[in-house]
Amino acid sequence: MAAEREPPPLGDGKPTDFEDLEDGEDLFTSTVSTLESSPSSPEPASLPAEDISANSNGPKPTEVGLDDDREDLFAEATEEVSLDSPEREPILSSEPSPAITPVTPTTLIAPRIESKSMSAPVIFDRSREEIEEEANGDIFDIEIGVSDPEKVGDGMNAYMAYRVTTKTSLSMFSKSEFSVKRRFSDFLGLHSKLASKYLHVGYIVPPAPEKSIVGMTKVKVGKEDSSSTEFVEKRRAALERYLQRTVKHPTLLQDPDLRQFLESSELPRAVNTQALSGAGILRMVNKAADAVNKMTIKMNESDAWFEEKQQQFENLDQQLRKLHASVEALVCHRKELSANTAAFAKSAAMLELLSDYIRLIAAVKGVFDHRMKCWQKWEDAQITLLKKREAEAKMMVANKPDKIQQAKNEIREWEAKVQQGERDFEQISKTIRKEVGRFEKERVKDFKTVIIKYLESLVQTQQQLIKYWEAFLPEAKAIA
Amino acid sequence: METHAEAGKEGKPSCASVDLQGDSSLQVEISDAVSERDKVKFTVQTKSCLPYFARTEFSVVRQHEEFIWLHDAYVENEEYAGLIIPPAPPRPDFEASREKLQKLGEGDSSVTREEFAKMKQELEAEYLAIFKKTVAMHEVFLQRLAAHPTLRRDHNFFVFLEYGQDLSVRGKNRKELLGGFLRNIVKSADEALITGMSGLKEVDDFFEHERTFLLEYHTRIRDACLRADRVMRAHKCLADDYIPISAALSSLGTQEVNQLRTSFLKLAELFERLRKLEGRVASDEDLKLSDMLRYYMRDSQAAKDLLYRRLRALADYENANKALDKARTRNREVRPAESHQQLCCQRFERLSDSAKQELMDFKSRRVSSFRKNLIELAELELKHAKASTLILRNTLVALKGEP
Repeated sequence: MAAEREPPPLGDGKPTDFEDLEDGEDLFTSTVSTLESSPSSPEPASLPAEDISANSNGPKPTEVGLDDDREDLFAEATEEVSLDSPEREPILSSEPSPAITPVTPTTLIAPRIESKSMSAPVIFDRSREEIEEEANGDIFDIEIGVSDPEKVGDGMNAYMAYRVTTKTSLSMFSKSEFSVKRRFSDFLGLHSKLASKYLHVGYIVPPAPEKSIVGMTKVKVGKEDSSSTEFVEKRRAALERYLQRTVKHPTLLQDPDLRQFLESSELPRAVNTQALSGAGILRMVNKAADAVNKMTIKMNESDAWFEEKQQQFENLDQQLRKLHASVEALVCHRKELSANTAAFAKSAAMLELLSDYIRLIAAVKGVFDHRMKCWQKWEDAQITLLKKREAEAKMMVANKPDKIQQAKNEIREWEAKVQQGERDFEQISKTIRKEVGRFEKERVKDFKTVIIKYLESLVQTQQQLIKYWEAFLPEAKAIA
Repeated sequence: METHAEAGKEGKPSCASVDLQGDSSLQVEISDAVSERDKVKFTVQTKSCLPYFARTEFSVVRQHEEFIWLHDAYVENEEYAGLIIPPAPPRPDFEASREKLQKLGEGDSSVTREEFAKMKQELEAEYLAIFKKTVAMHEVFLQRLAAHPTLRRDHNFFVFLEYGQDLSVRGKNRKELLGGFLRNIVKSADEALITGMSGLKEVDDFFEHERTFLLEYHTRIRDACLRADRVMRAHKCLADDYIPISAALSSLGTQEVNQLRTSFLKLAELFERLRKLEGRVASDEDLKLSDMLRYYMRDSQAAKDLLYRRLRALADYENANKALDKARTRNREVRPAESHQQLCCQRFERLSDSAKQELMDFKSRRVSSFRKNLIELAELELKHAKASTLILRNTLVALKGEP
């Protein structure tokens, strides 16, 4: 179908994929159909030439989103069209990702779709569902590796650059194997973008590895000792796990930011992730505000499932923390032992997984919190509506016609808001449910694999020990 | 806390055997030991058909200080200057264990009941192990004395073994301790001086060789002992670590409702068993390796002392020679100088002879003991490693088998 149409000229007449969304079918066909129909209300964005020409003759090896101008809706749309496989493109991906504002100001759930006159949430929901279903049945074929940490630069401006290699047969990527160089702040930038887009919708976004000023300073200063190499290695492994988790999430995988991260050779510096920066301080303030908020919100939990799940996660969190502490002690002692006997400490791997999961669970809790906030908004809207109605009633009594009209308008506005709030809330609840289910499955798999790996490495160690002692025995016997 | 420990060793009852090695005409053992608050009372049992003793079998109760007294008596005795005096047993030290037990008792709210019980068990086992060790040390000391043809005939030894009453040997008070300390300093300074003296030439190659060897050996073995201790402690800590891990895993397991549940529970079990294994590894290492190293550290110190005494005798001899020469040139007090020189010469030669014998004995003893212990250690380690591999493999199979 792409071949049939003539490639839309540069710079004008771009169809959006938001047309025709009353069409409740999968978004892809709707996208196509909109492209078939004469384009209307084009997005006034400057477009990179490559993406458009990709239309006509199948996937060209262009870099998705290569252009830094990510305000470009259309790039995504045309890119989608040119794909062979029925990749479904949720509305999310077509969304420009603005500067990160952690506080959610809007009442809309769908990420920042501004002034589109369609029932975006509905379609969003359905398409997401379909994506999920397909993701469950799909062969999940993408492998990510983080390797080759290299020190770039010198002195305090130095940083470690990691090579991110992607091997995939998913056709949403233009190549099947590619690698880029990224630094740690790039990872953090990716995470904050994903978090701002998806967290308040109810998705569990995997948390990024933590910053460590001490560790990085040591590396920067150029100490070549074992602790700094260890630090770099740990960080590399953590980054790899982070990316693998993110990629496993079917919705996040579709995100253009993620793809850009994996594919484009140049990435705009994510300065908001610097440890000491204005954005950092803003984040801290927001976190504090959130904490206070959490304490004051008392939610009437009508849904038993959520309550149970939350309780479960609380318990799990506690248990994992305890286990984490014990395993940390184990790691310490094994290190001591190995330092004294020159063996190898393998329980560190366990530790890694545990700390990852502790943070993941924190992310899960965050998602629950968002839901609470959503609910609160809804409540507020209802209260305001009530107030407005009262005001109107008062006006009626006082018989001021113009004020009455105004009051009526306000009431209508707030009614709409209440409805919206209700819908949002339901939305987020549904999303969370699905996410939690997926999270659980992942967790089971993850834990199992790591545990098995750990035990196998223990077996290996023991076998080596056996070998050494067996070799030693005849020598001991030969002592004369 | 009262603890009894049996430290029995089989001995041949017949007195007629003229076995040089384990001469059974005098057998000493510590048949019982009681630990009271801060003292340990050993019951020393002697079986002998030697004429010195009034009875053939008797036992007395002795405390640690009395052992030390006996050891010092030997050291100060000029007659035994040419012999390696078996090193004194170390003070029974339950401090560390007691502290840990106390801390555990004070309670930690985050520790579950099972964990607490297990930790208490561990600590009690540790306490018992230390106790057994100290009894063994004291016993070995006595038995070496009894086995040595010269040392066993010491009068103090008989008193120690037989005298029914308390020897009223008070522990060294501060002045005596200080005195002992100073004497040690003087001794090492003296040793340094003697060896540094240009005039002193080692007449015998054998001793020269032994000297260098022993010095080196002593430092090396002290190092090895420290390291072995550290390894042993690390193993022990590792084993202790498994306790909270196992507990946390089992509580996780009871919480889970999905497939992870059985996995966690199995893991908890696994760690429990691993813990026991590691604990055993630690204690084996302790017994076979660390203890042996420690003992030989002290023994080599005793051997070094012997060499020092001999050197001292040699120095005295040389000095006496010089004095004699001086006296001869001045032709005054030649007689006393001569007799003094004679004495020194005799002493020196006596010391040299016995020292030679002793040192060779020491070497053979050391070699055989190392051999035995190292073989046993290797075999035990192998056994434990195989056992843990087995456990791990079984758990792996179980885990993989589940969906």
